[in-house]
Amino acid sequence: MTRPALLTAEGLTKAYPGVVANSDVSFAIAEGEVHALLGENGAGKSTLVKMIYGLVKPDAGAMTLRGAPFAPSKPSAARARGVAMVFQHFSLFEALNVAENVALGMEKPPRMGELAGRIRTVSRDYGLPLDPDRLVGDLSAGERQRVEIIRCLLQDPKLLIMDEPTSVLTPQEVDILFQTLRQLARKGTAILYISHKLEEIRSLCDTATILRRGKVVASCTPRQKSARELAELMVGKVLNAPARSEAPKGAVALEVANLSLRSPGAFGTALKGVSLAVRKGEILGIAGVAGNGQDELLLALSGELRSARDAVRIDGAGMGDRGPNARRRAGLVAAPEERLGHAAAPDMSLTENALLSGAVRQALVRRGFIDWRATRAFAEGIVRDYDVRTPGVGVAARALSGGNLQKFVVGRELSQDPGVVVVNQPTWGVDASAAAAIRQALIDRAAAGAAVVVISQDLDELIEIADRFAALNGGRLSASRPTRGLSVDEIGLMMGGAHGMEAAHLDHA
Amino acid sequence: MTGLLGGIDPVVLVASLMVAAVPIMLAAIGELVAEKAGVLNLGVEGMMIIGAVCGFVGAVETGSPLAGFVAGAAAGAGLSLIFAGLTQLLLANQVATGLALTLFGLGLSSLIGQGYVGIKPPPTGDVPFGPLAGIPVLGTILFDHDPLVYVSVLMVAAVWAVLRFTRAGLILRAVGENHDAAHALGYPVQRVRLLAILFGGAMAGLGGATISLIRVPQWTDGITAGAGWIALAIVVFASWKPWRVLVGAYLFGGITVLQLNLQAAGARIPVEYLSMSPYLITILVLVVMSADRGRAALRAPAALGRNFHASR
Amino acid sequence: MITLERRPGPSRFWTAVTPLLAVVLTMVAGGAMFAILGKDPVVAIRTIFWDPLFHPDFAAYSRPQLLVKAAPLILIAIGLSLGFRAGIWNIGAEGQYILGAICGAAVGLGFYPTEAWYVFPLMVLAGGLGGWLWAMIPALLRTRFNSSEILVSLLLVYVAQSILSSMALGALRNPEGGGFPGSRNFASYPSGANPELVAGTGLHWGVAAACIAVIAAFVLLQRHILGFQIRLAGEAPKAARFAGVAPDRLVVLCFGISGTLAGLAGLFEVAGPAGQISIDFGSGYGFTAIIVAFLGRLNPIGILLAGLLMALTYIGGELAQFMLGLPSAAIQAFQGMLLFFLLAVDLLSNYRPRFVGPRRPA
Repeated sequence: MTRPALLTAEGLTKAYPGVVANSDVSFAIAEGEVHALLGENGAGKSTLVKMIYGLVKPDAGAMTLRGAPFAPSKPSAARARGVAMVFQHFSLFEALNVAENVALGMEKPPRMGELAGRIRTVSRDYGLPLDPDRLVGDLSAGERQRVEIIRCLLQDPKLLIMDEPTSVLTPQEVDILFQTLRQLARKGTAILYISHKLEEIRSLCDTATILRRGKVVASCTPRQKSARELAELMVGKVLNAPARSEAPKGAVALEVANLSLRSPGAFGTALKGVSLAVRKGEILGIAGVAGNGQDELLLALSGELRSARDAVRIDGAGMGDRGPNARRRAGLVAAPEERLGHAAAPDMSLTENALLSGAVRQALVRRGFIDWRATRAFAEGIVRDYDVRTPGVGVAARALSGGNLQKFVVGRELSQDPGVVVVNQPTWGVDASAAAAIRQALIDRAAAGAAVVVISQDLDELIEIADRFAALNGGRLSASRPTRGLSVDEIGLMMGGAHGMEAAHLDHA
Repeated sequence: MTGLLGGIDPVVLVASLMVAAVPIMLAAIGELVAEKAGVLNLGVEGMMIIGAVCGFVGAVETGSPLAGFVAGAAAGAGLSLIFAGLTQLLLANQVATGLALTLFGLGLSSLIGQGYVGIKPPPTGDVPFGPLAGIPVLGTILFDHDPLVYVSVLMVAAVWAVLRFTRAGLILRAVGENHDAAHALGYPVQRVRLLAILFGGAMAGLGGATISLIRVPQWTDGITAGAGWIALAIVVFASWKPWRVLVGAYLFGGITVLQLNLQAAGARIPVEYLSMSPYLITILVLVVMSADRGRAALRAPAALGRNFHASR
Repeated sequence: MITLERRPGPSRFWTAVTPLLAVVLTMVAGGAMFAILGKDPVVAIRTIFWDPLFHPDFAAYSRPQLLVKAAPLILIAIGLSLGFRAGIWNIGAEGQYILGAICGAAVGLGFYPTEAWYVFPLMVLAGGLGGWLWAMIPALLRTRFNSSEILVSLLLVYVAQSILSSMALGALRNPEGGGFPGSRNFASYPSGANPELVAGTGLHWGVAAACIAVIAAFVLLQRHILGFQIRLAGEAPKAARFAGVAPDRLVVLCFGISGTLAGLAGLFEVAGPAGQISIDFGSGYGFTAIIVAFLGRLNPIGILLAGLLMALTYIGGELAQFMLGLPSAAIQAFQGMLLFFLLAVDLLSNYRPRFVGPRRPA
């Protein structure tokens, strides 16, 4: 049974200065097919999809949609032909309500009253209930994704593109989303599913196109391959799991007791009664989808947000009311999620960025004056020890690729001989080899006696490197459990279950 | 009651504060639209004074006050075009560009107005409401004004309606909230902002023309005396809501008129303290409004002041 | 079609060249403006930029004026540049300048006619303190109540001008002045005066202060951790907090420095070149200093050069007014244009223009 082709792409190429994002990409999606676009970070998936959605013009190549030439010059043209897209980074407006957000994503939206009614009906039918009058800023990340999805569904799309949709969902929510997607496919809507999560693709998708460094390296049926085979096709070489040490753990180095904090942002998540304890040599993995308080927790631990003195204790000393530099003196270093803008200043050189966090522990400032020679040496050491690919330490941070900058940021913190390390999303948006290097560095640091806290949305990563596991949900932290022997279902429940989603109750085709 | 206000009739006071508020209301509602789109234009003072001088020159040369008002609005919009070009196309810092606009506008207006000091412009008549103007109290307050008073209130109403109920208004608000998302959805961020800036410029220019053609009415250097800055403060005071701009403008108009009347009536407070009172009270109001951190943070458009550059 | 593409890092070449480019463009546009006003553009430009320095008849008089006009501009601009780098906008330097002059003059006149070595130093202290206090108002209102320091500092300029009038007409009026507004002139009070230190150069204590300020700012920004924190706060505020910078402390510090320097500039001016507290004492230096700060790219050496250039336009403008009948407002417009052009060409340091061919039919 061959289904007719819906979308075909032939020889699509797009180059930017310094990098060829897509090179001679060809593939086809059939009607009602769930097609995966697989590749690691930086393989060119986003660019390809932007060309399909009309955000970017290809340098060469052509596409057809249901046989007719398809070359959208802007997203509204793509929408008019029946292509809809759910972005990875949501295109939502926090201060506007759900109905207004949906209207902005539609070509000719009906009047607000009618739109609100349709939102209520459609969202309920697909098992993703939404209240049209709520401000998007007050919604959780999973609920926000529902807004994006409903926005697409209301336009009866022929092709629905989903870009890394599950990074903000608990395992239970992922299951429900997949049921919804299968319903859609049965009704004739094709789905282009972009991801690097191999198990999900094997469970959901009919066919897969694998991209590596901008080129198509394989097309296959995911169910017929193992996850390991897919990984090797994606990365091009065999990956080994990082080496874990089994040394006994030491005394408690970081202790958080009943920490409650309001979020600094208007639409953030407050922390409620968070408690945890990490021993020397131990890695605590904290899971949680975006918007559940990860950023706030990092800010509270790094010292950018102050709390009660004994709410945060480092080596027994109460540090909750002290700022980042006092905590660095006490041995705690932190690496925030946002590389450019938070962990590093984009327009400053690597040397200056090394000074940013290393000033205290590396004694780079004497009586107020900066020792630039020592700072440069420190930066050069980081570049050398963590294999940061850069022409030199004088280049601006923004000139580095995501993976290299992340290696620098994490390396900068680990090079300070810290007693406690806190990192948020250590390998987000980083290519596989850099990610492996970062994870190994964290494990090595723990083996050397530091207490490490890793906050991450990537459950596979946490299961791989963490000794103990806890989940952050709505600002509350679950009790921590040893990672070994934890099932995916149990993890999902710790992360909060399905948050109100329910199985779709549509008529089956 | 009149004794307390230095012998001023309260009805006349209300009527005159409505007139005094017009320039600031126009400038503020224009700036509100720009800020709702995410643009902070500190050049309001410059655009107002260019509008004042061009409006004055236009009215004097053609003999028609209407031509003057049109000229004033056009001049304000024209000056704002420089701001739009620098910040939207050339990605210049919005604060610095706004200041440059004000400094340049002050200098240029002084230059243009060289030959027009001391001349009287053609008078702008009141809107003829006939017998309605004769009604005691309400007649003076509601029906005895020049056309700009009504235009200013209509503008506030129009802005409110467009922002609240139309698709264009929704798109403008979206651009001001999250310009990256708006761009990803395919909306022309820079074009929306350009139009918003031009509107703000036209309104500021019109407000300035009101000062030189109705309020004073004549031309002197620096005739706006900080009205543009007050308008900026009123936008903050109004929490970016159109109807509150009306309230803020009337409040400020009231204070201005009151202190002028007190000065004229020979009140015992020295002149200098009276003349600084509008500015001090504006500062006080600003402080009170911004002190409630949470609320204020919610109301300001999230992308306010940040430039947009489409990367890929 | 031209598109803008972000450079991997700020271009050192363009960062240095853009001010020169802006000056050249302004001369061209300014020349056009003068032509519209009916003056020969080349003659006008020459009168403004060349004659004050080299004209055989006037240069001897106008050259010393260069330092006199440049000193307050540089002093104030140095203070402003620190705040601007950190994203802290002190727009009310004019008000701080006025208040510094008033406080310093008041102290000096209070001591009159006592002749003593300590009068002038006390005046300097009072001047700095006056400017500092006036700057603390917007600073503290920002840190305690989160109110816009731009608007508050600006509105206080109008208040300062009212206070100035009140002082010139009342409290500080010269009792032997025949009823005219204005304070006693410091030229007649040696202990309180700020005289020309070396004849014919225009060098006074304000000039010395400006030089010290330039050097101090240079060292601060290059070698001191505070300078690094200021730069960081302006470029990446979240990274600054991550690095342990306390934003409130920075606001108070930057406003404190710029207020003090502006107040000092006011004191040196009132005790020196201006001579007295008068109603029109506020000559707009506080605002022109903003242009100087940007023209100098917020860099101390740049500000030194930009201040001299701006002073040149002032003096040249006066000369053109005298010799060509060019209205003084034209110079103000000219200075505004300079800032415009600088802002316009500024993007070249961070973005590269690219010519993209016509779109391929898809």
